[in-house]
Amino acid sequence: MQDNLKSSSYQQLEQKSKYTNMFLRWFLYFVLILFASYFIFPLYVMVVTSLKTMEEIRQGTLLSWPSGLNFESWAVAWGGRGYGAGDTFLKPYFWNSIKMVVPAVFFSTFIGAMTGYVLTKWRFKGDSWVFLFLLFGCFIPFQAILLPMARTLGALGISNSIVGLVLVHTVYGIPFTTLFFRNYYVSVPTELVKAARIDGAGFFKIFFKILLPISAPIIVVTVIWQFTQIWNDFLFGSTFSFGEAAPIQVALNNMVLSSTSVKEYNVDMASAIIAGVPTLIVYVLAGKYFIRGLTSGAVKG
Amino acid sequence: MKTLKIEDLSKNFGSTEVLKKINLEIDEGNFLVLLGPSGCGKSTLLNIIAGLETINEGNVFIDDYNVSKVEPKDRNIAMVFQSYALYPSMNVRENMIFGLKQAKTSKEKIEQQLEKVSKFLQVDQLLERKPSQLSGGQRQRVAIGRALVREPRIFLFDEPLSNLDAKLRVEMRREIKKLHQQLKTTVVYVTHDQTEAMSLGTRIAIMNHGVIQQNDTPENIYNKPSNTFVADFIGSPSMNLIKGSLKESSGEISFTANGSNFEIPVKGYEFKDKSNLNNKEVFFGIRPEHIYFKKSNESDFEVNLRADLSEYIGHEQIMTFDYANQEILAKFPSTIKIELAKETKLFFDLTQTSLFDAMTEERI
Repeated sequence: MQDNLKSSSYQQLEQKSKYTNMFLRWFLYFVLILFASYFIFPLYVMVVTSLKTMEEIRQGTLLSWPSGLNFESWAVAWGGRGYGAGDTFLKPYFWNSIKMVVPAVFFSTFIGAMTGYVLTKWRFKGDSWVFLFLLFGCFIPFQAILLPMARTLGALGISNSIVGLVLVHTVYGIPFTTLFFRNYYVSVPTELVKAARIDGAGFFKIFFKILLPISAPIIVVTVIWQFTQIWNDFLFGSTFSFGEAAPIQVALNNMVLSSTSVKEYNVDMASAIIAGVPTLIVYVLAGKYFIRGLTSGAVKG
Repeated sequence: MKTLKIEDLSKNFGSTEVLKKINLEIDEGNFLVLLGPSGCGKSTLLNIIAGLETINEGNVFIDDYNVSKVEPKDRNIAMVFQSYALYPSMNVRENMIFGLKQAKTSKEKIEQQLEKVSKFLQVDQLLERKPSQLSGGQRQRVAIGRALVREPRIFLFDEPLSNLDAKLRVEMRREIKKLHQQLKTTVVYVTHDQTEAMSLGTRIAIMNHGVIQQNDTPENIYNKPSNTFVADFIGSPSMNLIKGSLKESSGEISFTANGSNFEIPVKGYEFKDKSNLNNKEVFFGIRPEHIYFKKSNESDFEVNLRADLSEYIGHEQIMTFDYANQEILAKFPSTIKIELAKETKLFFDLTQTSLFDAMTEERI
C-alpha cells in the first residue's frame, strides 16, 4: 500500500518536471530566435532593398518583399552606369583592396610568426621589454599616429599609394600578430627547439621545418583577424589615400555620400554587401581549419 | 683520456648561481647519473654539456678536446628529452633521420642506420606514423632511436622516464640498462628518482644547490654517504641521523645520543681522521633497514626502544621508535608483530653505520 502511494507520488513529480522542462525548452528557443532575428534583421533589409527598384522602395515599406530578383543595382554598384566622369563604382577599388590586403596580411602574419618565435624560443636579455613595447602597439589609438605616419609615407615617397597602405597595415598589424604567435609558441615545448639544435638545424630551419608546420591553427586565426581588420579599415584608407588609390571602404563612403541627385538606396545597399562579402567568405572558408591541438602528441601522452 | 671532463664550471642566471665550480670526469663506457632535488642545477649541467646553455666560467672537454664554444651539433652527442621532443609534423622515419639529413649524410648510410636502429628498438613497424599516433613507450623508443642513429660519443638523457606511468617506467628503465650493456656508450643521465639512479648508474653524482655533494659508485653512495645531505637524500625512508657526541676512553670510541644513558661502541668504524674525537658533536647515522628485530651478527648492538607508530606498506612495515626523544625509523618484514607503546628489543648493525660532524655535516 505504502509502496503504491510512493510510486504514484513519484509519477506526479515526474509529470511535473516534464512540463517544467518543456516550458523552459520552448522559452529558450523563443529567446534564441528573438536574438537571432535581431542580428539578421539589418542583413535582411540590405538584401531585399538591394533587389528592389527605386519605385518599389518609395512605395513599399522597409520589410516588404521585392517584386522579383532584380540585380540591376548590383551591376551598377560593381560596374557603374558607364557615363564616364563622376560615375563612382566599386570594381577598381575592390581590386585596390585585394592588392592591399593580400600582401599586408601575408607580411604582418609572417613577421608576427617570426617575432613570436624569437620571443619564445630564442630568449634574449630584455626580451620581455620588447614584447611589452610591442603590446603598446595594440593599445595606441590609431588617430594618434596619423600625422607622423603621413610624414613618414611622404618621406618614403609612397603616400597615396597601395604600397603605402600595405606598409601601414603591416606595421600596425605586427603587435597583434606577434601577440597571437607568441602566445601559441609559448605552449610549444622548448625541448623541440633544443632537440632540433642538437640535430643540427639552425634558426630558420627550426622555424620553417619544426614550428611553422604545427602553426596552422594560429595562422588561420591571425589571417582571419588581419584580413578583417585591414579589409574593413576606413581610417588609414581615407587618410593616406584618395582618388584612384583608395581601398573599397573609402570608395563605398564616397559613393554613398557624394551622390548629388536622388539617394539610390538599392545601389547603396548592394555596394555595402559587396564591400562586406570578402570577410564573410574568409570566415566560411577558413573557419573549418580552426582545429586545436595539432601539437598534442609531441608532448606527453 | 676522459670521454667527458668538466673543469671548474660555473653558471649563473642573473644573480642566481646555478652551478658553482663543478668538476667532473667520466671514463669511456660509464653510465653517470646526475641525481638531486629539483632546482639543484642538474638539468642545467646537462644542457651545458650538450651546448644548449652557455658557460660563465670553466670548460667542458669531450675526448680531451675543449668543446666549450662548439655548437651542439658538432659535439658528437645526442640527447633524449623528458617530453621526448619528437617533431610533431614529421613521422617516425623523418624524426629519426632529421639529424643525419642535416649532417648531409649519404642516402645509403641513412637508410642503413635507420634500418639497424629501428629494428633494434622494435619501432620498424611504426616508421610511417606520426608521434601523436604512438603510445608513451613507443614515443620514448623513437626518441632514443633518434639519438642512436647519430652514433654519438655521449648520450645525454634528461629525465626520460618521468612522463611514463609507474609500470612502464620500470620496463623502460630495464630497456635503457640493457641498451647501455649492449652498446657500452658513455651516458650522462639526469633524474630526481633515486631508484632510477641506483639501478642504472655505474656512477652517481649527487647534486644540491649547484654543488656536487658526492660522485661515487652506487654502493659507496648508499653505504658511505659523504655528508648528511647524501645520507638523507638516498634511501627510503632515509637514514636515521641521531644527534649526540663521541667519547674516547683508553682508545675505545663510543657514541652517546643526547639525553640517552647508554653508549654505542663504534670500534669497527673507519674514521678518516682519528684525532680530536673525544667530546665531538656528531650525527650517528643508521639506515632503517639496518635495524634488526633478531640478532644477526655477533657485533650487533642491542637496544630497548619504545614503538610509537607503525606504517604498513604490504611487504614491509615502517616502525617509528623513540630514542631518547629523537624519532628513529626501522624497516621490518610485515610478518613481525610489534606492540605499540611498549619497549622492544632491537639490534643495530654496527657494520653499517655512518658518523657525521654535527657542525660541518661531513662524514668523519
